[in-house]
Amino acid sequence: MQDFADAFARAVTLVISGDADLIEIVALSLRVSLTATLLACALGLPIGALLAIARFPGRGAVTVVINALMGLPPVVVGLVVYLHLSRAGPLGFLGLLYTPAAMIIAQTVLITPIVAALSRQVLEDLHAEYAEQFRSLCLSRRAAVGALLWDGRYSLLTVALAGFGRAVAEVGAVMVVGGNIDHLTRVMTTAIALETSRGELALALALGIVLMVIALGVNALVHGVHQSAARRAHA
Amino acid sequence: MISRLFSSAAAAAALTLAAGVATAQDDDSIIVQSTTSTANSGLYDHLLPIFEGATGIEVHVVAVGTGQAIRNARNCDGDVLLVHARPAERRFVADGMGVERFDLMYNDFVIVGPEADPAGIGGMEDAQEALAAIAGAEAVFASRGDDSGTHKTEMALWADTGIDPAAHSGAWYRETGSGMGATLNAGVGMGAYVMTDRATWTSFANKGDFGILVEGDADLHNQYGVILVNPEACPSVNAEDGRAFIDWLLSPAGQAAIAAHEVDSRQLFFPNAR
Repeated sequence: MQDFADAFARAVTLVISGDADLIEIVALSLRVSLTATLLACALGLPIGALLAIARFPGRGAVTVVINALMGLPPVVVGLVVYLHLSRAGPLGFLGLLYTPAAMIIAQTVLITPIVAALSRQVLEDLHAEYAEQFRSLCLSRRAAVGALLWDGRYSLLTVALAGFGRAVAEVGAVMVVGGNIDHLTRVMTTAIALETSRGELALALALGIVLMVIALGVNALVHGVHQSAARRAHA
Repeated sequence: MISRLFSSAAAAAALTLAAGVATAQDDDSIIVQSTTSTANSGLYDHLLPIFEGATGIEVHVVAVGTGQAIRNARNCDGDVLLVHARPAERRFVADGMGVERFDLMYNDFVIVGPEADPAGIGGMEDAQEALAAIAGAEAVFASRGDDSGTHKTEMALWADTGIDPAAHSGAWYRETGSGMGATLNAGVGMGAYVMTDRATWTSFANKGDFGILVEGDADLHNQYGVILVNPEACPSVNAEDGRAFIDWLLSPAGQAAIAAHEVDSRQLFFPNAR
């Protein structure tokens, strides 16, 4: 229990002191995971919308596969991305391994299935409600997708947050493709892993607390936007 | 509206990715594939500012086990290899993957364990004898089990004893399959003996009631070597800056810097470049 008290004290000290290394690590964590979330939404939402609305042979199978991919182990994603980005791999010429870009790619691969699978469910439920209306208005499929995405925007925001949460919390993928290089690819989770392996358990726990506070901040921000938007809509 | 939102989000994301690409092709930098022991003990935090100040070359350290470091270097994902497993290093050079191997520095391995010392190995000076005693008592022993330099040395010592610990894996012999620090955490957690390099042990902060029980055997010598990845095998290698780093490490200035690195006023690595 001593460790917990110590960890809280160190977390507070770390935040108050505005430690430059900590700020750098936090900024990179946010940059990598938020970019990955944006990319995953850009890829995952259209896939989810397509699966929710379109009827094609094999749709059920694709849905099952995408749902299953929500359970992708981060280390496996890291390994697959490593094998592609390694100098010996097919995309090695890009020189992306051990850069933040590699970490963004890995996290995007990790969370796109989450965004696709959850948004499919959201949009499918919404579509069931609206299908008749769309038919009576003779909306094109494109317009229908647009209307569904807009009406489901708050639920989809939660979907994006689920993706962000998974991205910012994972360590396996960014460790493999980023290499946990000081001042270049070190993020919150790899820093926590490093301090744990140094036996600095209180410091590791303190970093974990800081990470949770950041996740809380991002979620509170999104919640605030949601609330004020909802108020405006009803005003 | 929606599609505009998406395309702007995608554009922003693509821009960030492109920025990442730009930093990747920053030329005055090298990647060192290294062991965990050198990184965990803070050696690079001590050395790199001195080297970077003198040359302006940025050094990026990827700290993994020796086995993985060599594998990454074989994939050309690094410019310099700094590890501790001489036979594997020689094979790396013989295969044409490395230019030349240089002795850099050494320290030693120690066997640490709980105060209670159930196998009674405290004070033994023969590593093999100590391992045999642990096996005889079936006392819990935590091994790296990850093909690292430390693991390779441990396996060589077991081979000398004629005992096959793998046959007891999961019973008293526990392979953590992770780095030195993680294995020490696990060892301290379950009261298991652990063989560790002295540098990681000295700078390790979660020792519990553990202490060094066996040390001083010549077989526990731990030699580190440094190799430039062969630019002929890997055209992506930044040979000029990689060579500059190695030359500096082997120079009197670099060797003095290695000797000056201390934790708790104890020297962790002993330079021995020739």
